[in-house]
Amino acid sequence: MHEVQPAVVVENVTFLWWIPLLPALGVLFHIFLGRRVGKTAVSVVGPSVVAAAFIVSLVAFIRVWLGPPGLVLQQVLWSWLPVGSLDVRFALQVDALSAVMILVVTGVGFLIHLYSVVYMHDDPGYARYFAYLNLFTVAMLVLVMADNLLLLFVGWEGVGLCSYLLIGFWYDNDANASAGKKAFIVNRVGDAAFLVGIFWLFWSFGPGSHTFSFSEIAERGRQLSPAVVTGVTLLLFVGATGKSAQLPLYVWLPDAMAGPTPVSALIHAATMVTAGVYMIARLHALYELAPISLDVVATVGALTAVFAATIGLVQTDIKKVLAYSTISQLGYMFLAVGVGAFSAGIFHLLTHAFFKALLFLGSGSVIHAMGGEQDIRKMGGLRRYLPVTYATFLVGTLAIAGVPGFAGFFSKDMILARAYAEAPMLWGLALVGAGLTAFYMFRLFFLVFLGECRADAHTRAHLHESPRTMTIPLVVLAVLSVVGGYVGLPEFLAWGDRFSAFLAPAVGGSAHAGGHPHLALEVALMGASVFVALAGIAVAYRFYIQAPQTPQQLAARWRRAYQLLWNKYYVDELYAALFVRPIVQLAHVLWRQFDVAVVDGAVNGAGGVVQETGRWLRRWQTGNVQHYALSLLVGTLLLLGYFLGRG
Amino acid sequence: MTTVPASWYVVLGILLFTIGALGVLVRRNLIIVFMAIELMLNAVNLVFVAFARQQQAMDGQVMVFFVMTVAAAEAAVGLAIILAVFRNRETVNADEVNLLRW
Repeated sequence: MHEVQPAVVVENVTFLWWIPLLPALGVLFHIFLGRRVGKTAVSVVGPSVVAAAFIVSLVAFIRVWLGPPGLVLQQVLWSWLPVGSLDVRFALQVDALSAVMILVVTGVGFLIHLYSVVYMHDDPGYARYFAYLNLFTVAMLVLVMADNLLLLFVGWEGVGLCSYLLIGFWYDNDANASAGKKAFIVNRVGDAAFLVGIFWLFWSFGPGSHTFSFSEIAERGRQLSPAVVTGVTLLLFVGATGKSAQLPLYVWLPDAMAGPTPVSALIHAATMVTAGVYMIARLHALYELAPISLDVVATVGALTAVFAATIGLVQTDIKKVLAYSTISQLGYMFLAVGVGAFSAGIFHLLTHAFFKALLFLGSGSVIHAMGGEQDIRKMGGLRRYLPVTYATFLVGTLAIAGVPGFAGFFSKDMILARAYAEAPMLWGLALVGAGLTAFYMFRLFFLVFLGECRADAHTRAHLHESPRTMTIPLVVLAVLSVVGGYVGLPEFLAWGDRFSAFLAPAVGGSAHAGGHPHLALEVALMGASVFVALAGIAVAYRFYIQAPQTPQQLAARWRRAYQLLWNKYYVDELYAALFVRPIVQLAHVLWRQFDVAVVDGAVNGAGGVVQETGRWLRRWQTGNVQHYALSLLVGTLLLLGYFLGRG
Repeated sequence: MTTVPASWYVVLGILLFTIGALGVLVRRNLIIVFMAIELMLNAVNLVFVAFARQQQAMDGQVMVFFVMTVAAAEAAVGLAIILAVFRNRETVNADEVNLLRW
């Protein structure tokens, strides 16, 4: 029996399936007709199926928003895995949490599709690109609309596949193909743990019907022993560290920048990498039963936030800086869900989707103008040539740095306030991370847009602002990067935290639950985070505008520290030594000693025995009829003798 | 009137059969081999008839007619094969007809 939590009102509707179906139709169109109908048709169909899905999502969102609190729209499509007592349904649901997610996925997704129309226009794999991008949208929508854990896992793997396909989109370059493989393999490590977590959950539920729906998991989770819940949630979190690029499985995300820039914006900043945060928020009922797991999540999140930020300080590739910044910001989201502030985590997910997609698309515009150059040391002074990109990038940078008034400020502040209440140590880490974020983002901004242009004459002659189709998404995202924050103001301001109130029925424990810090403290915390943000910006200004020689002097003075950061803490080298090389060597040994010697030996040996036997036996086959006649006669006589002799 | 005992026919049949079998085994000319096979068949026919007479039953005689019919058909097919072999290879020597040998 499907048990329903008291606060939840389920309403069965029939339009939800259109949301993933529309992009799915787009995928089929691009695969089967894309190359035949030409680029114009692909350019129209690719973004418009996502736009249509956005409109349906908007309808679903409004229904949830205006409906009674705790309204869940549900559509059961078919019984997917009816095996014994297991009956997993292919069912979609939209509650407050999913409603926010589908709006982000289709809304930001649409803008990025639109941007891609120009960005990828001259690519020979144009139709293939849009097929992958639409397929990604389908998988991501299934992930966030799934009403049970197994269907979520289908979407989870689907987005991983699309990520792999799009990172290696330009597969004729070996480095890109390797980056795709790295992303896929690192994700496999996490997903193996995720699967084990699902199995363990199934096993510990014992006999009885299993729909694996989230409400059933929440219901039955309470009957499990704390040890089991802790184990399961930790295993699921390992899956999340893979998908959402957290310590220790973050290593694939910087390499994933090998893909086209709009892909980095959509998959590796705005949507897919936030799947882990979504998963934990979705299973908040289970995580709340396991305080140890929540502590682990929060600690890993805070450590990742600072760790990735320090690497971001010295990177020189515009997309790599943004990649480490994404890892760092995801760390904040995990810190939020780890301290039980699920709505704050989702709020940061929302604002981050806006400003990080904006920053990535802005960097795409810069790279486009620079003719493919990604090294920020060769940029500078682009403000004059790319006014729209400059203005929107500035908005994005202010938002991520946490400057008051911009979206990132409100969401980050909400996380920091909750972190301070729950775990002051982690709050300290997160505050350091916020300062670092402000510094490296403004370093990037100053180096790219201000100062003297360091590009060569040829590149400079070709500098141009990107066409409308690319700048419109930038402007829309810039607007969202400002106003997006005002849905979740601090409690004491204007209309307060509407966002958490909206999410409360879906993720429980709204901001009010965990002993809200009182006004003076909250203002003080806010002052602290504003202070570190402004300090970071000031230092970046001093280093890269006022006294540009300072960074080199510092790097020379703290040579070892600089080398450590420059080489990204040697984590890739460490993993290569600890895991990759031993496994490759083991594979080599297995290949030579087992595969070639034992397996091939057995197969070839069987063939050899047959061959030798045949070589010996074929002497009897002389081909001479009379020899056969003789053996017939001899045989007959022997049989005759035997039967006669026996009497 | 003295009748020839059945055992004499049997002995004659064995002799003819042995001659035929040896002919099949030792001669290399396909036509001769073929004739030797006919000899074996007729040796068997003789034994059939002899036993039929001794038993005062018609079964053996009927069987002989069958054997003769089959032998006629076999002779036609066999000779045709030998003719075809000769046309292709210009020999009817069994040792030289070895195309399918390994």
